[in-house]
Amino acid sequence: MSGYVAVFSARFRTLLQYRAAAIAGLATQLFWGLIRVMIFTAFYESSSAEQPMSLPEVVSYIWLSQAMFRLLPWGVDPDIRGMIRSGAVAYEMLRPLDIYSLWLTREIANHAAPTLLRALPMLPAAFLFFGMSPPASLAGAVACAACLCGALLLSATIATLMAILMLWTVSGEGIGRLMMIAMGFLSGMFVPLPLFPDWAQRTLNLLPYRGLVDIPLRLYLGHLSPSALPGLLLFQAAWIAAFVMAGRMLLVAGHKRLVVQGG
Amino acid sequence: MNSLRLYGRYAAVSLRGQMQYRASFIMLTLSTFVITGAEFVAVVILFDRFGSLQGWRLAEVAMFYGAVNAAFAIAESTARGFDTFAELIKGGGFDTILLRPRSAALQVAARELHAVRIGRLAQAVAILIWASMALDIAWTLPKVALLVGNLAGAVCLFYGLLILQATLCFWTTESLEVLNTVTYGGIETAQYPLSIYRSWFRLFFTAVVPLACVSYYPLLQVLDRAPTKGLASWFGWVSPLVGGVFFVLALQVWRIGVRHYRSTGS
Repeated sequence: MSGYVAVFSARFRTLLQYRAAAIAGLATQLFWGLIRVMIFTAFYESSSAEQPMSLPEVVSYIWLSQAMFRLLPWGVDPDIRGMIRSGAVAYEMLRPLDIYSLWLTREIANHAAPTLLRALPMLPAAFLFFGMSPPASLAGAVACAACLCGALLLSATIATLMAILMLWTVSGEGIGRLMMIAMGFLSGMFVPLPLFPDWAQRTLNLLPYRGLVDIPLRLYLGHLSPSALPGLLLFQAAWIAAFVMAGRMLLVAGHKRLVVQGG
Repeated sequence: MNSLRLYGRYAAVSLRGQMQYRASFIMLTLSTFVITGAEFVAVVILFDRFGSLQGWRLAEVAMFYGAVNAAFAIAESTARGFDTFAELIKGGGFDTILLRPRSAALQVAARELHAVRIGRLAQAVAILIWASMALDIAWTLPKVALLVGNLAGAVCLFYGLLILQATLCFWTTESLEVLNTVTYGGIETAQYPLSIYRSWFRLFFTAVVPLACVSYYPLLQVLDRAPTKGLASWFGWVSPLVGGVFFVLALQVWRIGVRHYRSTGS
């Protein structure tokens, strides 16, 4: 266990060094947030019908989702990708650690550190200048924090699965990109899930992606009641278990057919 | 003409290289098609929920969406070398390019023809065609010319942005995200009619980064919409030229950058 803790803390501290990248990313996210807020405001001004979410709620949803942009598994860890491309993955497999746990640990750090670096300056800015509201209740804030931990784990298991898919480089990359867009779209990152058509809601509720963005944010807004927390955590846990199992099975299969070219 | 032929050669080589991995090429092209398609689905979802956008219909927004995405797909696939320029500086590969007796900008642009972007182009063109049919636009010769001119202007503008982004690398070595933000944020912005944004934002994308000159104002004429208040009615007919001017200015800045260039020595 201490091996994984060491990997996590080394990776986490390395990533905290990338402050210039974080500042650039912060500017990007603020700019995008502003565009999004203007677009949604224009849509809300065009319709007087009752909507499943109010405009102030959507504004908070947008800023929170921009702040946790890097929590989502947007791509494969470049180091792991490089190892698979160069064949150095063979050394990685020789380490006296379970390779799945090792990669998962890396991915947890990969998503936790950049998110912290971006969210910490961004949320106060959004709060002070751009119309974000405080959490609906203390219980909501606590529930949101609990589900954010679930979201981090879920995100890391998806990222690990995508990294393992890279063992099939050619088709793995295409599948990974398709998974990425499904994730961005179905997690609520692009359009808040409550605004999707009513007929789509049941399907959205079953898919794992809402556990990444939509669930924590709606707890924050009070759009989901904090009393639903146990069920929501169970939902996240079930999908985390599913992704771990899929990842481990694919890893075994990939391990068997892995050919490392010499040279 | 000579340099165009040279670009063609470069492009053909790059294309042949990519075609060696045919399965990968098809997969990536398809996924590009689906990914950009998903962005449009987001627009459809919002229209489904709200009915209209301050008097604009879905098909009209689809025109804006298709035009800006088609232009960006062309620019990005044909000048991809500028996008990955930081590698060239860091690795010292730019020295090689300077040694050759041809335009450096052309060689950088032609370094790679990013053919998978054809997925994005196909998707954008499909949406343009759908929008034009849904709106029943009477395609007169001037309108066709304006649309084509608008696309050309927009491609030039994106070239200009890509070149400026690369030029920054002469000073910073690392590539900076700043201009990328403006480029991608601009695409997102231009997918919707400019009139829905705040005034400072409209001004920014008209006067500083003149993206609206190569999307919103000309397309207003194509859609037979009333021109923007405070602007002459002929403005939309000539504004695509601004894209060309931006491109030429960006090339000048690039030349200054090249003169300033010092190899990293690696």
